Amino acid sequence: MILEVQDLRTSFDTPAGTVRAVDGVSFALDAGRTLGVVGESGSGKTVLSRSIMNLLPRRGVTRSGRVRFQGRDITDLGPKEMTSVWGAEMAMVFQDPMTSLNPVMRIGPQITESLRFHLGLSRPEAEREALALLRSVNIPEPKRRFREYPHQLSGGMRQRVTIAIALACSPSLLLADEPTTALDVTVQAQILNLLADQQAKRHMAMILVTHDLGVVAGRADEIAVMYAGRVVEKAPTEVLFREMRHPYTEALLASIPRLEHRSHTRLQAIPGRPPDLVHPPAGCRFAPRCASVQQRCLEEDPVLRAAETTGHHYACWYPVGTDEGREARERNVARDTAVHVARRPAARRRPRDIGVTGVPVLTDAAPAEPEGGE
Amino acid sequence: MSELQSESVTTRREAPETRETREETVAALSGDVLDAAVIPAIRRRGLGIGFWLAVGWLAVLVGLAVLAPVLPFVQDPATLDPFALREGPTADHWLGADDGGRDVFARIIYGGRVSLFIGVASVTIGMTIGGFLGLTAGYFRGRYERVVMSAMDTLLAFPALVLALALVTFLSDPGEQGGSITTVTLALGILAIPALARITRASTLTFAEREFVTAARSLGASHRRILTREILPNVVPPMLSFSLLAVAVVIVAEGALSFLGLSVQAPQPTWGNLIAQGRPVLREAPHIALMPCAVMFVTLLSLNFAGDTLRRRFDVREGLL
Repeated sequence: MILEVQDLRTSFDTPAGTVRAVDGVSFALDAGRTLGVVGESGSGKTVLSRSIMNLLPRRGVTRSGRVRFQGRDITDLGPKEMTSVWGAEMAMVFQDPMTSLNPVMRIGPQITESLRFHLGLSRPEAEREALALLRSVNIPEPKRRFREYPHQLSGGMRQRVTIAIALACSPSLLLADEPTTALDVTVQAQILNLLADQQAKRHMAMILVTHDLGVVAGRADEIAVMYAGRVVEKAPTEVLFREMRHPYTEALLASIPRLEHRSHTRLQAIPGRPPDLVHPPAGCRFAPRCASVQQRCLEEDPVLRAAETTGHHYACWYPVGTDEGREARERNVARDTAVHVARRPAARRRPRDIGVTGVPVLTDAAPAEPEGGE
Repeated sequence: MSELQSESVTTRREAPETRETREETVAALSGDVLDAAVIPAIRRRGLGIGFWLAVGWLAVLVGLAVLAPVLPFVQDPATLDPFALREGPTADHWLGADDGGRDVFARIIYGGRVSLFIGVASVTIGMTIGGFLGLTAGYFRGRYERVVMSAMDTLLAFPALVLALALVTFLSDPGEQGGSITTVTLALGILAIPALARITRASTLTFAEREFVTAARSLGASHRRILTREILPNVVPPMLSFSLLAVAVVIVAEGALSFLGLSVQAPQPTWGNLIAQGRPVLREAPHIALMPCAVMFVTLLSLNFAGDTLRRRFDVREGLL
């Protein structure tokens, strides 16, 4: 086991109150494996990856829980001790290659710097190694690129450079924080394949953070779905797609546009917005947006519990694909139809109202999406 | 000047067109080609003839000042020519002679040696100390930043001229009349610290939050390495362009001090005391005061113009990235 995260909590002090961005996340990752972390914006994915690396701003941040890396507890290591871990043992690929490269430094020195610092290579050795790295991330004309500035490279090329930089010292854990979000769709697959390639070659563990279930589908061994700072479902990839239990996972999957749909098919968006992390709702945090929501969901916070399949965990009272879940959904649909027929026939066309008000009133709170479920 | 303005107006008028074509390029071409297309476009716009005129003037002035003792056409500034008292411009004395018969041109050049030296040296002092304080304050933040910045604010709160007077008096040896080049440079250098510290800090703040700094941290870079390799190179260009403006301000301050007789003392010429010296005879021989005034004016204008152009230029480049 290369990385073990236990009950990690990170909160930020803001003028509006304490934002609990990551709220009790636990998982373990074996060497050479990939964990996909999926969730929409604001679900705490990025903060999670930075909390693991301890790369958070120094002020106004509280972090608790344990992070064990290669059998060593690195939770309380200060920046001094972390410098030998950062870059050398664990590295990060950032979301936007436009901003994660220093604009006034040539590509070459940006790569050689950590080689010389961590591995103590001489300048010519580091240069040779850097050229090899550029070649290994499929950059054509590495010699020329070596002398260029970031602005002379395209987005995809820049992301390749940041990957080369992250891989420079052969870390055993790579955190890729939405590595393809800022890139063209055509380049995304190339970059993901490159990451997978390098991971296999180097037998490196990887945490792939993304908002796109499709990105991790074929590439992660295990997937953790995050919502409002918590892991709501976690399973080996295949299991997750076969028997997902959490309505949020289901909704995320339904929101991916599909090729086999006719054009102009309405996208299945998840109504509403993620909850306010300063005052998270009582009970299940997804309840205000959930299609299967029941009274219990608004009162009791579901804990992460094991499903029948080993390694599959979920946090839901009325899970998808079970009898309780089906009944809950049907109840909501029936009541909703009744309400609409009796009072507001027009409301049926805009079930997204609920999310905007954000008030989980049960009478018409549940979004009716008859085609969304079974 | 009007020529410069009209030029900048035409540039601006052309800008929207360029942007439109650029947007078309964006739509049509991939990133690689786009970069290749945009960068020469910006380079082509250039810095403008005004900038080069300003730089040319400054280069000539600095050249003359540095080489004054060996240049055959620069006379000795202390030689008295009894036949040319208060004489206007002639072939012998290009800019006329003062009321002691000394060559005004030579005195302006030699005065420029002092004024420019004080300007550059005190801005260097201010830039080194203020830059260091601003850089560290903007990067480390916290209590250190509060202490440093309140100290800077305290310095800024003093009226500049009064503080300069106090500093010159305090730094000079007792009994000395006015200041020496060293004391004036030190005093004005100290005066320049707070403004430069504030500007460096502001510029550091914008870069310290940028992702490439976090990226450098994630690779295990130490604070010193981040400051010197990641932030400093980004902060230096705007700082340098601002320092040109600062040199102009310091030259004016030195002029004000000399005019009050508190800077470097006559017979050692500075632009300030040359003007002061010409003041009593302004009516009879206006060139004695006006010639150094004109040179100073054009120099300050050049410094401001060059500094402003560079500042705009760096803004443009940041917008591009």
